[in-house]
Amino acid sequence: MTLLELQRRMSNDVRRPLTSSFEMQQRTEDGQAMADLASTYIKPNDRLTSFDRLEIYNRQYWFRVIAAVSEDFPALAAVLGSKRFDALVLAYLKENPSTSFTLRNLGARLPMWLADHPEFVPRMKHALALDVAQLEWAYVESFDRLKMAALTLEDFAGLDGDSRLSLQPHLQLLRLSYPVDELVLAVRMQTPESDIMSNAVSEMVVRTRPKLPGMRRSRVFLAVHRFDNSVYYRRIDHEAYLLLSALQHGRTLGESLEAAFANSRLKPEMQAEKIQHYFAHAAELGWFCHRPTDMIGVQ
Amino acid sequence: MPANRFNGFTDYGVGIGLRVPHYNHIFAEKPVVDWFEIISENYMVDGGRPLQVLDQILDQYRVVQHGVSMYFGSAQPLDREHLKRLKTLTRRTKTPWLSDHLCWGSVDGTYTHDLLPLPYTFEAARITAQRIREVQDYLEIPIAVENVSSYAEFHESQMTEWEFLNEVVHAADCGILLDVNNIYVSSQNHRFDPMVYVDAVPAERVAQIHIAGHSKFEKYTLDTHDHPVLDPVWKMYARAIERVGNTATLLEWDDNIPTFDEVHNEALKANRYLHANSSSPLPLESTAHEARA
Repeated sequence: MTLLELQRRMSNDVRRPLTSSFEMQQRTEDGQAMADLASTYIKPNDRLTSFDRLEIYNRQYWFRVIAAVSEDFPALAAVLGSKRFDALVLAYLKENPSTSFTLRNLGARLPMWLADHPEFVPRMKHALALDVAQLEWAYVESFDRLKMAALTLEDFAGLDGDSRLSLQPHLQLLRLSYPVDELVLAVRMQTPESDIMSNAVSEMVVRTRPKLPGMRRSRVFLAVHRFDNSVYYRRIDHEAYLLLSALQHGRTLGESLEAAFANSRLKPEMQAEKIQHYFAHAAELGWFCHRPTDMIGVQ
Repeated sequence: MPANRFNGFTDYGVGIGLRVPHYNHIFAEKPVVDWFEIISENYMVDGGRPLQVLDQILDQYRVVQHGVSMYFGSAQPLDREHLKRLKTLTRRTKTPWLSDHLCWGSVDGTYTHDLLPLPYTFEAARITAQRIREVQDYLEIPIAVENVSSYAEFHESQMTEWEFLNEVVHAADCGILLDVNNIYVSSQNHRFDPMVYVDAVPAERVAQIHIAGHSKFEKYTLDTHDHPVLDPVWKMYARAIERVGNTATLLEWDDNIPTFDEVHNEALKANRYLHANSSSPLPLESTAHEARA
């Protein structure tokens, strides 16, 4: 067996899902005995069979990846409860194994995957769970994405309707059906920070369920951003959300303003006042920046 | 010997791993620590608090990078994006050497995020050495490979682990991060004499040493890094220092992390062996050859 053949075989076996009691499966999907498979390449010793030795790695893999995703979605875990959340993460990871050297990106596809898999969440909670997942991933993105040099007053002076403005890469805009910022903040306050460790083995983490605030459906628009290296959730109004989203999608300033106020019943003078307020606020927080290709990012 | 070409001719003493639960203590108390080891992957990001913390640490302390995902032994080409990000970080930290593991962990673009053991074959040694050389050439800093703890052995193996380590580091012309705890854990799982391993290590290539705690179970021993260093590991450390000379030493404590002072005091126990060691270590492979000539 070549090195590549061995690695392909072991990678398949290590990533094969565990049983519900977190043990290695006795048989593969096509009915082969795992004990036979393991013995083709792993030596037994006087205490452990080939199966037992492979199982150590099989369990390690799942404990590690489940822990990594769980760490990024503590509020989703709290909303669903451990049992449902673990089932959801297992199913997600089966379909979305890691394709990056860093565990940081492992949960990136979870919000979209959850939208396509409502069966993992009680029907009444699907929209809430989706909102929570989106906000928790926005936090991850905002936490360590690039920060560009913000536009200065002189930069603003030269703008007109045809200008295109770039927004900070760490700024995430969300349209939500529940005020989940309150819920996520409540959970984060009760969750310790951690980071990737070295080559120590991973254990299955037992989570305690934090207390959650009650949630009633209400439309919320959020800007998730970083300021002084802390992540903040800022509620914005519908027009500001439309304006910033249009700019983020590369539309001109004129087109973005039109998109923001297309269905507005506000009088023109009120609109002008709002626009002035949005820009003052965004400029104060450094949300507008030079395009990433214009200059090197700053820390 | 502690300063050699595999650790950038530095003379570092006892360090500890930089961990999130200790950040506040470090910034508030500014404790005297000879050096910190960072996990590279925690700082291979575009911005935000991780890099702010790192810069604050770099202002006051010496830092060495340790990686967990280069997977020198994976059989396929290196991930260029990973290398690029790693090089950016090495320029920021000015790490005098960089370590990662003698293992594999990815295949066909899928990652296990585990340090999987290699079959000790000549083919694996050749492929691994080639990849280490490529990383070393690209990063332009010395590389030290760390022996991993393992729980499985392969039918395919053609040599012992220590013979494999020798084969790889000579072919790659790289350094070694000698993890004496990992040797001990593997010796318990595979029934070999850990001192034979320590004695077989090419002493002149050791850039750094890791010490850590482990956990014994009924049928196997796990590398848990969750409590103090145990006596058998200190004995191996003493033997390693006797052979290699005073060498940069790092305590790994990654789970159930106690206070900063507790971790640091445990690490400083290494000084008993470092200070006890005479200025002249046992003869090196190269000097022994010269003496014979």
